[in-house]
Amino acid sequence: MLTTLLLVPIVVAAALFLGMGCRRWAKYSALFQLVLTLLLWLGYNQDKGGYQFVSSSGPLFPGLDLSYSVGVDGFSMVMLLLTALVTTAAVWMSPVLESRSNLFDGSVLLISAGATGAFIAKDLFFFYAFHELALIPTFLLIGFWGSGERQKAAWKITIYLGVGSIILLTGLADLLFSIPAAHRTFDLQKLQEVAASHLIPAAAQVRPWMLLTVGFGILISLFPFHSWAAPAYASAPTPVAMLHSGVLKKFGLYGMVRLVVPFLPQAFTQPVWGSWTAQDILLAALLGNILYVGLVTIAQRKLDYVIGNSSVMHMGYIFLGIASLNIIGLSGACLLMFSHGLSAAALFAICGALREREGSLSFERLGGAAKTIPFLGICFAMATFASIGLPGFANFASETMVFFGGFQTGASSFLKTATILSLWGVVISAVYMLRAYKAVFLGTPTSASLKWTDLEGTAKFALALLPLALLCGGIFPRYFLSYLKPTLEAALR
Amino acid sequence: MESFLAWLILLCPLASAALILTFAHESKALSVKISLGAVGIALASTLFLVFNQGACQSSFNWIDLGPALRLSIGIKVDALTRVMLLVVTGIGALVHVYSTVYMEEDEGKARFFGSLSLFMFSMLGIVLADNLAMMFIFWELVGVSSFLLIGHWFTKESAARAANKAFLTNRIGDFGFMSGILLVWAATGSVEFSGIQASLDKLAGNPGLLTLAGLCLFCGAVGKSAQVPLHVWLPDAMEGPTPVSALIHAATMVAAGVYMLARIFFILEPSATSLTVIASLGATTALMAAFMATQQNDIKRILAYSTLSQLGLMVAGVGVGAWGAAMFHLFTHAFFKALLFLGAGAVIHAMHHEQDIWKMGGLRKSMPVTFVTFAIGTLALTGAPLLAGFFSKDAILLAAWHKNTLVFGAALLTSLLTAFYMTRLVVVAFLGGPRTEAAQHGHDCPAAMTLPLVVLAALSAIAGYEFFARPIFGAEIFHKVHEAEHAGIVPTLAVSVFVIGTLAAWLVYKGTSVVKPATKITDLPKDPVEIRLFANKFYIDELYAALIAGTQDTLASVSGWIDRVILDGVIVRGIAGITWGAGYALRLLQFGNLQGYAFLFGTGVVVLLYLLTK
Repeated sequence: MLTTLLLVPIVVAAALFLGMGCRRWAKYSALFQLVLTLLLWLGYNQDKGGYQFVSSSGPLFPGLDLSYSVGVDGFSMVMLLLTALVTTAAVWMSPVLESRSNLFDGSVLLISAGATGAFIAKDLFFFYAFHELALIPTFLLIGFWGSGERQKAAWKITIYLGVGSIILLTGLADLLFSIPAAHRTFDLQKLQEVAASHLIPAAAQVRPWMLLTVGFGILISLFPFHSWAAPAYASAPTPVAMLHSGVLKKFGLYGMVRLVVPFLPQAFTQPVWGSWTAQDILLAALLGNILYVGLVTIAQRKLDYVIGNSSVMHMGYIFLGIASLNIIGLSGACLLMFSHGLSAAALFAICGALREREGSLSFERLGGAAKTIPFLGICFAMATFASIGLPGFANFASETMVFFGGFQTGASSFLKTATILSLWGVVISAVYMLRAYKAVFLGTPTSASLKWTDLEGTAKFALALLPLALLCGGIFPRYFLSYLKPTLEAALR
Repeated sequence: MESFLAWLILLCPLASAALILTFAHESKALSVKISLGAVGIALASTLFLVFNQGACQSSFNWIDLGPALRLSIGIKVDALTRVMLLVVTGIGALVHVYSTVYMEEDEGKARFFGSLSLFMFSMLGIVLADNLAMMFIFWELVGVSSFLLIGHWFTKESAARAANKAFLTNRIGDFGFMSGILLVWAATGSVEFSGIQASLDKLAGNPGLLTLAGLCLFCGAVGKSAQVPLHVWLPDAMEGPTPVSALIHAATMVAAGVYMLARIFFILEPSATSLTVIASLGATTALMAAFMATQQNDIKRILAYSTLSQLGLMVAGVGVGAWGAAMFHLFTHAFFKALLFLGAGAVIHAMHHEQDIWKMGGLRKSMPVTFVTFAIGTLALTGAPLLAGFFSKDAILLAAWHKNTLVFGAALLTSLLTAFYMTRLVVVAFLGGPRTEAAQHGHDCPAAMTLPLVVLAALSAIAGYEFFARPIFGAEIFHKVHEAEHAGIVPTLAVSVFVIGTLAAWLVYKGTSVVKPATKITDLPKDPVEIRLFANKFYIDELYAALIAGTQDTLASVSGWIDRVILDGVIVRGIAGITWGAGYALRLLQFGNLQGYAFLFGTGVVVLLYLLTK
């Protein structure tokens, strides 16, 4: 079942690379992925919790507990749903290309397959490898089909994420070696139990914590490792920006929750630098995301850079939920991965649609577009409202939990202060998003925007999926939490 | 039954908004019908609850993380809720009816009614909320609907800017509100009003924290009820269609802050500091806004500053401990201020979107119904004896008299100014002869617009009397309204300032009347009184613009520069330079971008496997 979910996009991508088929194949592949994911979602028994739909190849190497094994728990289920939704929207909204469109579509499917693989992997090695696999088509797509300074952006993201991956790999190795040899395994399910018995002494947790946090942090664009993200997203082709910011970036956060939280919880309270604990350092970094990058975003004068930077800023809230290290904050963080993925993808999708209509996304060239492209306008408004944390959308429910998590009994005073400062970030994000919305959609229509035509046909439905899913998450967060809760409680044990 | 009705009141407007957005947005007529139907059901259910003194509580979990955190969407109907429900659905229904004509020719009529329904849903959510988290949710949602309605004519630059300004200013207040909720929750472990009240001791045990939490929550009211220093958004919000100004920016949404303060009064009461701050801020707002109102020329802006001023009075009422009196004034004010705005709308409608009072004049003859109702509204607002405003203002003045002389003085002076600027408005716009061609051809509007005026005029006349107010407020709150001990000097002073203010304005402005309409703009008479400070609203907007430019925008561009030049330019490129060297070395080995990456990746994996198997 899960392997089918992984293989279908890979097979279709291979066929496309070999010159067979056409764009429609990619579209049906994405749709298949969505339908299958929804079936899995409904088939998953969240009362029982734990890994389900498990299948395994058995050990691949003698003497090493490493196998191709897949399975999903509630948390990975939520991430799979995110992947399927964003993939569908990305593929169905892909821009029309003049040449080599097969190569383009195949690569997009591969990114999605890599993300799927990382989320269904029940084995640490494949968890890492699938993410790396997804990065390669990402680099290629930016380098070949990007806009603006695409070569530079492609190089920068390659080097940056390459370094991040190597640090991450070192961290993973360090983590595995910190576990007593008898308990060492690649199996994530077994690792969960190992983690629960807290075999790593507190003092030994700090080094792997640092390596993993920096490694994952680079992939997630944690301050101060964030400067690759906005230019990369600005020049990336639309589906790539959607898939990377929406889905692939969540891999790092997924890893934080899967590995750092359960294995190295005591590291958070260990002094690392003077009297600063690891948690304090993480809080300082995430405040960099929220306040500093928030201000950077206000200074932007182009729509794609605003959205790119805002996507970086919101990572801070997810980190805040993780740093609070309690069930409230962690639930908020995980739901926020889902909601941010959808809202960022929707914003990038609309940004791309605008770029197709108008080469430059500088604010002074845009205005009054709600008159001529009302559908895109409504979707942009909804994604904006979601992204700035308005009730009704999943982002608000998630952020609320993150904030309450920062104030739970036992929260350190720095955590509380950071929470209040992050709350101010909500004002900052409203400033730049409303400014952007007004610059593009409100005010006197410019000569350019008067010529635009609205989104049509199936692309409309594909785009609408994202805000609709956000509404579901915002009105019924309980339903999504019922999937997340067992995993997160186990991680905090 | 009661809780079914309460949910019905909440969900009907939501259903209407959803239906209009998804199915009916193509048809103006259908949208109007759906919207009217929803508000009709809500009003009928409210009347039932009021007549039967219905009370209920019911909720379902929204976020459920076991004992760690439970947030619910819950409704609670008690006497306070019923008063507010009646104000919102009653005036809401009248405004809906009025808008069917006012927005007749607007191409976005369907969108307008959809947003209006969304507003009704959000506002009723605030009223019905049984906990702070839910109140905050709907608090934000009224912000959105207000944003949509202020920006209804979004292709107008000024409207789009006003919508953003309103939203952002409110966000600043909401930042405080949410901080307050977190503080209260951290101390008491609950966000429900009843739960907080039950374990208030835990919060009250730390007086500093109690004051801080109370004032943080108050920030929410400062934003929503447009108190100084967050008052700047309300006058600009007049860019929205006039019915919106009447419903949202005069009668209901802006009053939500006062309602919230009444709800959480038990948190504010134990802290004398909180109450003093609230009273001072309210009194300052009342006085400053009244000064500003005396020098405005736009009919809607005069009313907007008047609303600010009256809201300040209500907040000051809460601050002197008389939340009952504040609610009473909220109740009467809703009627006469909605009346005044709808009357102004009728004038604007008749004069083809002219809002400058100096281009009006003589409307008394051409728009008799509008004039009479507007005059009743004015008298009620200015505190003419026997009309609604007199009684409710008196209750606040009395409470202030006993509690805080400074606040009492400010309130009294505010009343004087209120009489002055409202009389100025009436004399200039309605009396004398028409000043322009357009003013000559004024006419009363169709029945759907005049009927709400007549109904509201009747309510403005009687809403202050016990026979009317007591059954609605219920014995308990009504007793609270008139808690303060009677002091004969207070009504005497109140009547005197009313007479002085009215007479003064009459004497100053009767001379501006003209015999013949002016043919040139320059021939129009000017305001004989000119006080730049008030006309320019104490230069607060300019101050804020400079502050924002000086702090936020500077910080933003500095951060942007650091990001581009230092972080990205020097540090990252420095590191990248080293890596680039490695990449270059790889390229010498005929590796491209992709292969080089795959090579690194492969090496890493092999090394890892080797380490693990050895």
